[in-house]
Amino acid sequence: MKYIDEYRDEKIAQSILKEINAISKKKVNLMEVCGTHTVVIFRNGIKKILPKNINLISGPGCPVCVTPISYIDEIIALSKKDNFIITTFGDMIKVPGSTSSLEREKANGADIRIVYSTLDALNIARNNPLKKVVFMGIGFETTSPTIASAILKAKEEKINNFSVLSVAKIMPPAMKSLLDVEEVNIDGFICPGHVSAIIGSDPYNFIASQYKVSCVICGFEPLDILQSIYMLIKQIEEGKAKVEIQYKRVVKPEGNKIALDKIKEVFKVIDSDWRGIGNIFLSGLEIKDKYRQFNARKFEVETEETKEPRGCRCGEVLRGVIIPPECSLFRKVCTPENPLGACMVSTEGTCAAYYKYN
Amino acid sequence: MCLAISGKIIKIFDDNTAEIEIGGIIKEVNLDLIPKVKIDDYVLLHAGFAIEIIDQKAALEIFNAWEGRIV
Repeated sequence: MKYIDEYRDEKIAQSILKEINAISKKKVNLMEVCGTHTVVIFRNGIKKILPKNINLISGPGCPVCVTPISYIDEIIALSKKDNFIITTFGDMIKVPGSTSSLEREKANGADIRIVYSTLDALNIARNNPLKKVVFMGIGFETTSPTIASAILKAKEEKINNFSVLSVAKIMPPAMKSLLDVEEVNIDGFICPGHVSAIIGSDPYNFIASQYKVSCVICGFEPLDILQSIYMLIKQIEEGKAKVEIQYKRVVKPEGNKIALDKIKEVFKVIDSDWRGIGNIFLSGLEIKDKYRQFNARKFEVETEETKEPRGCRCGEVLRGVIIPPECSLFRKVCTPENPLGACMVSTEGTCAAYYKYN
Repeated sequence: MCLAISGKIIKIFDDNTAEIEIGGIIKEVNLDLIPKVKIDDYVLLHAGFAIEIIDQKAALEIFNAWEGRIV
């Protein structure tokens, strides 16, 4: 397929790899922030072909993984109410809450439906006017304009039985938080390509200027990853720290203005809890009061006391402090069939990627 | 979850939606986030929305940079 197959060319991959080997001298840690990148890196065995002095660390860029248990409990409580339909992306359905999951509640009779798009959720609301249809609003900047778009359409068409429980998140503040905590020494970021299609490259500038950490915005095919690693290594070896775009076929420095305007119209930026990391200053999106009728937080629910699974080390995995095999639950009691932590649930979770490919 | 896939615009409808072709499969997409697309443009599809038009010139840069250096 065009824009996919040609970016998997073995000969070009070998050339880039040869250049990486030629210029790479320093021992470096590069973090791929995005869960989709994590999967591409594992699926193509990229970690194993790099020189030993280049270490790739997976970061917190899997929305399913960083969604707090309290939020899962909140949506489970909503699913138990009469006349509610919960709509969600498929990844969320197996994530364990404190004592249950949406999958279990669905088996118990709750009306929980997997959708591919926010527009599908809106359609369900349109077709079920007597039900309250709640969409689980998770995701980063790639997804939040699609949530904003659905809310704007709901307002325009007066689909008042549609609402969103938002835990949408913003990526650059989480990267800042990892640098501030200094648990892991990060020399360069492989920045998320599709988040950047929306936000552009400017929001990463502070990482290069204030923290002197190199950033390259990267596409999602093997050649994209290898070229981004080459660009990062070149910056680091030359003692430079700047923001570069490798994924130029999609990402513009200014991002997608229409999408950004929709986010700004519907959402306000708030402090937000990230599972495994904690509360991060101005890192989340909540629906503005102007659109409060579409905010599912208008429904009052009582949730149980939040319980993290005992022994689960997803938090340290998400911060890049440990790799999954260092967790005593990994592969023994925590598996994709019976996940205890969110990093094993999502196909883009670091634990799931290690389980499947390593 | 930020997965997106590229496809070619083959039909544009009045309600700001379009049909795109992805490796022989036809899918409907919403164009709210990139209203200026044309037939034959390649777009990036995420969760039912086209989120960006692919810059066909920039797409070649990687090959121009590396093809002469093949080992």
